[in-house]
Amino acid sequence: MLEVSIYRYNPEVDSEPYMQEFQFDTQGKDIMVLDVLEKLKTEDPTLVFRRSCREGVCGSDGVNISGKNGLACITPLSEAVKNNKLVIRPLPGLPVIRDLVIDMSQFYAQYEKIQPYLINNTPAPAIERLQSPEDRAKLDGLYECILCACCSTACPSFWWNPDKFIGPSGLLQAYRFLADTRDTGTEDRLAGLDDPFSVFRCHGIMNCVQVCPKGLNPTKAIGHIRSMLLASGT
Amino acid sequence: MANMRTMSFDAVIVGGGGSGMRAALQLAQSGYKTAVITKVFPTRSHTVSAQGGITCAIASDDPNDQWQWHMYDTIKGSDYIGDQEAIEYMCKTGPEAVFELEHMGLPFSRNDNGRIYQRPFGGQSKDFGEGGQAARTCAAADRTGHALLHTLYQGNLKNETVFLNEWFAVDLVKNSDNAVVGVVAINIETGETVYVKSKATVFATGGAGRIYASTTNAHICTGDGIGMALRAGFPVQDMEMWQFHPTGIHGAGTLVTEGCRGEGGYLINKEGERFMERYAPNAKDLAGRDVVARSMVQEILAGRGCGENGDHVFLKLDHLGEETLNAKLPGILELSRTFAHADPVVEPIPVVPTCHYMMGGIPTNVDGQALTMDDQGVEQVVDGFYACGEAACVSVHGANRLGGNSLLDLVVFGRASGLFIEKQLREGIDLKDATEEDIQRAMKVLNRINGSQEGEKASVLRAELQTIMQNHFGVFRSGDFMKEGIEKLKALRPRIENVQLADTSNAFNTARIEALELQNLLEVAEATAVAAEWRTESRGAHAREDFQERDDENWLCHSVYFPHDQSVAKRDVNFTPKTREAFEPKVRSY
Repeated sequence: MLEVSIYRYNPEVDSEPYMQEFQFDTQGKDIMVLDVLEKLKTEDPTLVFRRSCREGVCGSDGVNISGKNGLACITPLSEAVKNNKLVIRPLPGLPVIRDLVIDMSQFYAQYEKIQPYLINNTPAPAIERLQSPEDRAKLDGLYECILCACCSTACPSFWWNPDKFIGPSGLLQAYRFLADTRDTGTEDRLAGLDDPFSVFRCHGIMNCVQVCPKGLNPTKAIGHIRSMLLASGT
Repeated sequence: MANMRTMSFDAVIVGGGGSGMRAALQLAQSGYKTAVITKVFPTRSHTVSAQGGITCAIASDDPNDQWQWHMYDTIKGSDYIGDQEAIEYMCKTGPEAVFELEHMGLPFSRNDNGRIYQRPFGGQSKDFGEGGQAARTCAAADRTGHALLHTLYQGNLKNETVFLNEWFAVDLVKNSDNAVVGVVAINIETGETVYVKSKATVFATGGAGRIYASTTNAHICTGDGIGMALRAGFPVQDMEMWQFHPTGIHGAGTLVTEGCRGEGGYLINKEGERFMERYAPNAKDLAGRDVVARSMVQEILAGRGCGENGDHVFLKLDHLGEETLNAKLPGILELSRTFAHADPVVEPIPVVPTCHYMMGGIPTNVDGQALTMDDQGVEQVVDGFYACGEAACVSVHGANRLGGNSLLDLVVFGRASGLFIEKQLREGIDLKDATEEDIQRAMKVLNRINGSQEGEKASVLRAELQTIMQNHFGVFRSGDFMKEGIEKLKALRPRIENVQLADTSNAFNTARIEALELQNLLEVAEATAVAAEWRTESRGAHAREDFQERDDENWLCHSVYFPHDQSVAKRDVNFTPKTREAFEPKVRSY
């Protein structure tokens, strides 16, 4: 039997959070962590977590799995279980609403700050704006972000300053628009990021890269933004 | 409950997927007070899972492409019960709607000349079926839905749409004129119940694939809009028509895009034979989805299935080469490695037909207005009520949807609904206020569930419902067996209505939401079952062993299911497009 330990907290009942232990029969199968949660919920309907697509594209079920942030639906037990034990906690650093569900408003607020939409004030043509495959390739590794918050909640700088540091996810998206040849808002975007906190709180420890379930590299994007900021300042 | 809070908007959109956010964007852009009620944060909606692309005659791959060819393909794909006026509107308006998305920033893949990349998809042709395979599906690698959904969310942020994220709409509120004047909704985080009042209520609640045990659909696809419409007494259309996607990953159910076959992949049986050459000599693996799914099941039934139990076939991609797969199908490589433990670069993916899309839904006109029929069978618009996307049946997909047409449908008709409501708001919408009694009527199901301490677990009842649907209403159907399924659903109804709510807390109570979703699943399942048993022919996705032929004389029609007596009526298919003559029904072969 697999030992599963899950963070529980219901604000209406519990004065403080606690870890609840479950015994789980995997029947020898290497199932996903989400499958374990789903099965446990059939037995205890009060267990609360977010989930939607169950295939790693919607970003709902970011949780901390045996110490590492990841998506429950695409993390197999073979990667998550240590010494026959699976520990599931909410993503760290943001307020817990209940059990594994965190309040993501600060995370979303940082996303909204970077003006996450294409800015182009030239009149639109009758067809699409043209973009070469090479220019389009610059968006690869950026646009795929699913806003799961695994990266930002693995970042000590974000833990310290969730209100002022944009965080890896937001900065990855900031660079997604800076890198887009169709976007004409570069100057404005850089001005919005040019303060001691928004970008420069990143210390390059690369926790974000290590946990991103989509294999993206926010640190690299942040490096590009730094270079652009330094270049525009001269 | 007499002091339940009321929030008021010009327009309320229920559902934060592609169609809902496209409708919301239209209205927010013109300054109307618009709210989106969505049970998940918008980018968690199921549109995010769409992979292959959005089909549209933008004439990038082929400068001579015409929307009329796309119209022909869609009508043929629908097995001739798609409404031609609506299909014409979609195919004709499509390019404008797709260019708008590009202007908004959607990161489409590109051709060398800088235009949007288009790939071949099933059921596509040039020159009205005479010119061979077309490549008409606009793609952002194999993550088109993700790119589209995020772009629309971003557009709505820019235009300051009000998002009621993680709110769940429980039921429609109707006034004394039977017009819709908003919904009752729960704020999931706090448990507060609110009357969300609106001059226009748009259902963009998506599909309901979770009525089946095996589906490509997300956990959240529980047909909430269909359930609410039926409980409010409104009819639904063509609910017997469910698409089984040929390539769901065996065991996991996750989708593998038709784009794989568009890029040159093909299906093989256990003998390694490319069997689609026998079933569809011309289009082969790119025949209509219904045709390919049935052929796969026939191979499996004939003992040529793959694997230990011979219960699936293989999708072969390795011959395309690693470079192409990385560039064109990177998401598929990820999914296959994760869920099939197969690396498509060197080995085939085990696949099986899997429930994928609801062609039926709330009947609407091209402007998104929900329709009902009076006692004489005359169509009536339901004031205040609109639907778009998968929840609606406008109907552009008829009995079988073509791949790539769902994203087009949701963008075009989300936009059309928005445009029409904008016009109505400008002219002035005047609906009677709901009385306290009207609002209380919309609280009935929630009150029942909140007080239900006995009864069985939602998870047990849901699994039972899914098994019934899977066994009795799958790819092949027969009358006796369907009747048995209907009886089983009947017996299930009181048990589902009496579902136990073991968790009565307020904060983020997902047990309550699952109990409510289960009510909606049941409504969808029953409508599907009754309509399927009623249609005694085979057409599109509806394949009957006891009525194997298409029967145009009797069944070239929509089905309209009425909830109050579970009766089904015929409704004429539209054969009057505005700009050209209609496409007459022909034998459908690929």
